[in-house]
Amino acid sequence: MKELIVIALGAILIENFVLVKFLGICPFLGVSRKVETALGMGMAVTFVMVLASLITWLVQTFILEHFHIQYLQTIAFILVIAALVQFVEMFVQKASPTLYQALGVYLPLITTNCAVLGVALLNIQKEFNLIKSLVYGVGAAIGFTLAIVLFAGVRERLEIADIPKPLQGFPIALITAALLSIAFLGFQGLKF
Amino acid sequence: MVDKILAPVLSLSGLGLVFGSLLAYASQKFAVEVDERIPLVNDTLPGANCGGCGFAGCGAFAAAVVEGKAPVDGCPVGGAGTSAAIAEVMGVAVDNAERKIARVLCNGTDEQTKEKYAYYGVTDCIAASKLGGGSKSCAYGCLGLGTCAKACPFDAIKMEDGIAVIDADKCTACGQCVTACPKNVIELIPESRTTWVMCKSKDKGKEVRAVCGTGCIGCKLCEKACKFDAVHVVDNIAIIDYEKCVNCNQCVVKCPKNIINGKAEVKKAYIHEDKCIGCTICKKQCKFDAVEGELKGKHKIVEENCVGCALCAVKCPKKCIEMR
Repeated sequence: MKELIVIALGAILIENFVLVKFLGICPFLGVSRKVETALGMGMAVTFVMVLASLITWLVQTFILEHFHIQYLQTIAFILVIAALVQFVEMFVQKASPTLYQALGVYLPLITTNCAVLGVALLNIQKEFNLIKSLVYGVGAAIGFTLAIVLFAGVRERLEIADIPKPLQGFPIALITAALLSIAFLGFQGLKF
Repeated sequence: MVDKILAPVLSLSGLGLVFGSLLAYASQKFAVEVDERIPLVNDTLPGANCGGCGFAGCGAFAAAVVEGKAPVDGCPVGGAGTSAAIAEVMGVAVDNAERKIARVLCNGTDEQTKEKYAYYGVTDCIAASKLGGGSKSCAYGCLGLGTCAKACPFDAIKMEDGIAVIDADKCTACGQCVTACPKNVIELIPESRTTWVMCKSKDKGKEVRAVCGTGCIGCKLCEKACKFDAVHVVDNIAIIDYEKCVNCNQCVVKCPKNIINGKAEVKKAYIHEDKCIGCTICKKQCKFDAVEGELKGKHKIVEENCVGCALCAVKCPKKCIEMR
């Protein structure tokens, strides 16, 4: 049990996917203008990440390793993720048209969100079992959501701040992201 | 050897088949039933999702139109063309309202006004207006912090010299800036009306002079100059009735503070004599004694009197008056 908590906390804080591992930067910068849409994006990514860790682990163990074709790992995992994203897109369109519209082009872009593929590959690399993979997937997704929501909160306030002209827009967003990343560096000292 | 080729091919295509059939099933299970007219209506809309119609976005407006909850001419941005296209989809008739344009009713640039205090707060007019009405000396004027420019979904508003300037070509009269402005200095004015008062100050003349070099002092010269009863000074500010105004520019010329916007170029009337039948209708219409001629005789325009209001051209039964 303790081991699982360590894995989850590690994925959320110490090895935060966005701010420490620098995975999934595209949606992190693209959909972080409003807390509301950031939260929606976080939820969509969470859903895909957890399902992806589950299915990619099964695919790895029962198909790739069984047939000794581990070299097809990347392509097989992308296949899984692409299918999942398609499914999520259909589901969100049915369940919440508003969220569907708010996420816009970023929803299909989860397909190429390297954070999702990153979770799948790291699960195998770290030789996790199914439960640990799931926990790691959930942790990584929560970490992603945490980072993007925090960032969106800061950016919402930046909207009305008096920013020097050359820094307006993306420059200040990147500086903010860097500061946030440095702040998360503080968790590196966390030991269990 | 065959194994090494078959295994990856079969397992990957198997995976693809499984996912494919699952997606096919899901697409039917989660199919969203859409009235086929909604995408058709949506295609005719500008797609800016500005919310000027009062709905969440173009998609929501299209759905509302199809459900009968919104009028076909409810999109202020698309104008007459869009209304007609929607009406065609919906199979109804539409009467066209004139296109409007947002105008800033303030000319108090940084040069003309003073600062009451140095404002270092957030760059937002609403926040600034909460601090003693903003830093600008005039309590009624544009604060120039660009809240309207941020609200504009069409990038039609620029801040210049401390006031908002609207690009009439880009403006779609969605009304976002009108709602956003805490000072209410932006109004939607019919496109054909070129005459409007660039001031909102309700202060008396002396107070206006003290705070702004270009404010309305309520002298009523415009009211006296108007032959159409279209300008009235109410609460120390000239207000133009756009229903009655004919763009004759008389108030624009008379205003001692030059705060009434007038048309850029004055087109004078010209009577094509070959077509004129001498009905005297134009002469009766003209309030400026700019038409001369007898009954049954050819009429002529007295150029120095003509102000280019085009009233004669509109009324001429033979359509022989041209504005040029």
